[in-house]
Amino acid sequence: MRIPEQIRRLSVVVLIIVAGLLLTRYLVPASLVKQRVYRAASVKREIAREVRYAGGSICINCHEEVNEQKKKGYHKTLACETCHGPSAKHTEDPSAVKPFAPRERKFCPLCHEYNPSRPTGFPQITATAHNPLKPCITCHNPHDPVPPQVPRECSACHAEIARTKALSRHALLECTTCHTAPPKHKQIPRSVRPTKPESREFCAKCHDKGSPQKTAPKVDAATHGERYLCWECHYPHMPGEA
Amino acid sequence: MDQDKRDLLKGLILFIPAGGVIGALAKAVAAPAAAAGKEASARPETPGYDPTNHYYGMGIEVGKCIGCNRCVEACKQENDVPREPFFFRTWVERYVIKKDRSVVVETVGLKKEKRKEVVDQEDTLRSFFIPKLCNHCANPPCVQVCPVDATWSTEDGAVLVDKNRCIGCRYCIQACPYGARYLHPETRTADKCTFCYHRVVKGLLPACVEVCPTQARIFGDLKSQASRLVRFERMNKIHVLKPDLNTQPKVYYSGLDGEVR
Ligand code: HEC
Ligand code: HEC
Ligand code: HEC
Ligand code: HEC
Ligand code: HEC
Ligand code: HEC
Ligand code: HEC
Ligand code: HEC
Repeated sequence: MRIPEQIRRLSVVVLIIVAGLLLTRYLVPASLVKQRVYRAASVKREIAREVRYAGGSICINCHEEVNEQKKKGYHKTLACETCHGPSAKHTEDPSAVKPFAPRERKFCPLCHEYNPSRPTGFPQITATAHNPLKPCITCHNPHDPVPPQVPRECSACHAEIARTKALSRHALLECTTCHTAPPKHKQIPRSVRPTKPESREFCAKCHDKGSPQKTAPKVDAATHGERYLCWECHYPHMPGEA
Repeated sequence: MDQDKRDLLKGLILFIPAGGVIGALAKAVAAPAAAAGKEASARPETPGYDPTNHYYGMGIEVGKCIGCNRCVEACKQENDVPREPFFFRTWVERYVIKKDRSVVVETVGLKKEKRKEVVDQEDTLRSFFIPKLCNHCANPPCVQVCPVDATWSTEDGAVLVDKNRCIGCRYCIQACPYGARYLHPETRTADKCTFCYHRVVKGLLPACVEVCPTQARIFGDLKSQASRLVRFERMNKIHVLKPDLNTQPKVYYSGLDGEVR
């Protein structure tokens, strides 16, 4: 029997359509067309994403001391990872992955730099005037940041000097490094006076280029402002503001 | 001739499904291996987590925000948001309202120098920071416009994007009245805040809430009477952004200034 040409051609077309239908019906994955299926897959992918911030409660398990210190201080509302950054990897393997610790000075002003848009009452400083050369953590414990104690004794009466010095580059020098104060000075201050440095050599013992003292910046005491006393040019309680 | 065609058709009929079967087999073999690799390091979902028992929202106590941008930083780290400015899932705006009632709004951290500059306080009436993010609207305009059903609201109240379906047409980005979506430059798909869905279902807080130093952000479950969010809503006068659009946002602000849009 001979099938007419038209019928054959038509049947090819029909076949292709049927094949197309079957293909879409069986081969297109359900995850492409069935809403229930592709939604579930998408939620699953979302949930499988990596957690990088471990969350505050887990740090406490191993760092009880830090937490004890922090929870009663001014930083009690800060999460560990606000400062230490994402630490989930550290919690899984503490000795292999160390969290970052923000020791540099530029970190704390992110929150504490004066900004008129900040709520009033939030403790703010002007970093350029607040002891500009030392990292904040030399004076403030990051886990319990109280303003550091200035030696109460002398500050009780010399509050202005004590405050000035506390923010200066000489902050870490005790008053008694430079003044020998007899105990009587505190009772009858005007009659019993402490000593004051008298010569250039006094300052030179830390600042001369030959001095063994390590941290003080050095000058050549023999030539540096040689005809004057050091404090005629440098205010000793706020040096650097010469 | 006839025989040829029949052979060809036969071949086709066998060949195409065979390809499908082989592909499916390959997938079936590869998938569990990949999944196993992933799950080893991932934290498990809270056991028995049932999305229908939760409905999430966020509260923002404007008076507490210090504009430190830690939330933005944490969000970028947690969610692989590109480091460059202009790509945000959450961001903080600084409002300066001048005495002549003009309002200057700038996004914190966009212009480094600008942030340092102290505003002229003489003619400033008031100034404050407003954290912003996707409002996870109960009636989300972005979902309505998606032509390929790639974005939707979960039962627990998060608006998510299916990266595999998204074709990057940007309709949703246009439709969002809050500017909360952006086109991810690498995947070329729409990206947005998920309320850190991958954390929340594991009992963790969203990254931005975790790191906020002043608890200006409050995350919680609207279906739980004891949640911090519900308490926050009870104790404060609450506003939402652009209420007139009837999007029913689920980010609730307390102490919101009338000038904020
Ligand atoms: C499983 C216990 C464990 C957990 C959980 C843990 N840590 Fe640690 N962490 C350690 C140990 C142990 C060290 C000391 C590692 C060393 O010195 O070898 C350490 C050290 C540190 C250090 C100091 C790193 C340095 O440079 O000296 C920081 C900061 C720190 N952890 C922060 C965190 C934070 C934040 C979390 C919470 C996200 C956390 N840790 C959770 C065990 C833990
Ligand atoms: C205000 C930011 C800040 C916060 C909040 C903070 N840290 Fe630190 N942390 C620091 C800095 C800065 C250092 C480095 C201190 C140093 O080198 O003297 C540090 C050091 C550490 C160290 C190593 C040195 C040490 O003192 O033992 C550990 C461990 C640590 N932090 C854990 C924690 C944990 C746990 C929390 C949460 C309970 C936390 N930190 C919260 C800023 C912070
Ligand atoms: C993420 C923001 C943030 C960072 C970063 C931060 N702090 Fe704080 N700091 C706070 C908050 C919040 C308070 C509490 C303010 C309050 O009680 O109203 C505070 C309080 C303080 C206080 C107490 C001020 C007072 O009232 O006497 C000091 C001092 C302080 N911080 C120092 C530091 C130092 C030093 C660093 C860097 C290691 C630092 N802060 C980093 C947010 C921050
Ligand atoms: C040399 C020591 C020293 C260094 C370094 C230092 N501070 Fe202070 N800080 C003080 C003293 C002393 C006070 C209290 C005196 C005062 O209130 O002026 C204080 C007070 C503060 C206060 C409270 C201000 C207020 O109004 O309540 C903050 C906040 C503060 N410092 C932050 C910082 C930050 C941030 C840094 C780093 C950029 C820093 N400090 C570096 C000594 C220091
Ligand atoms: C009871 C308050 C009081 C206390 C405590 C006190 N002083 Fe004085 N001090 C004074 C008075 C008052 C003067 C005199 C000021 C004047 O004559 O203008 C003075 C003067 C001085 C002078 C200047 C002396 C001079 O010859 O010009 C020095 C230096 C000094 N004190 C250092 C100290 C030191 C260091 C301490 C801490 C060990 C201290 N004082 C504790 C009240 C006190
Ligand atoms: C680096 C050394 C040094 C330190 C530390 C120091 N002083 Fe002085 N102080 C001097 C010198 C030098 C003079 C003399 C300045 C002059 O004669 O102009 C002086 C002068 C004084 C005077 C009287 C003149 C004045 O400036 O009013 C007082 C009071 C004083 N110091 C108190 C203190 C107190 C209190 C402290 C501790 C908070 C302190 N000093 C720490 C070096 C120091
Ligand atoms: C005639 C005024 C004058 C006298 C006197 C003087 N200096 Fe200076 N000193 C200066 C000036 C000005 C600078 C700043 C120079 C500069 O920045 O190059 C300075 C800088 C310094 C520095 C900082 C150097 C550095 O590398 O940062 C030290 C330390 C110093 N002087 C210590 C002393 C000591 C110690 C004495 C007493 C032996 C003294 N000065 C006497 C004017 C003086
Ligand atoms: C006990 C040692 C010691 C003595 C004594 C001493 N200083 Fe210093 N001085 C230091 C140290 C340490 C620093 C730097 C602190 C720092 O790291 O910022 C410093 C910093 C300075 C600076 C700041 C330099 C700069 O680059 O701005 C000047 C100026 C200065 N001292 C002047 C003096 C004068 C004047 C005297 C005498 C009254 C004096 N010092 C006595 C230890 C000393």
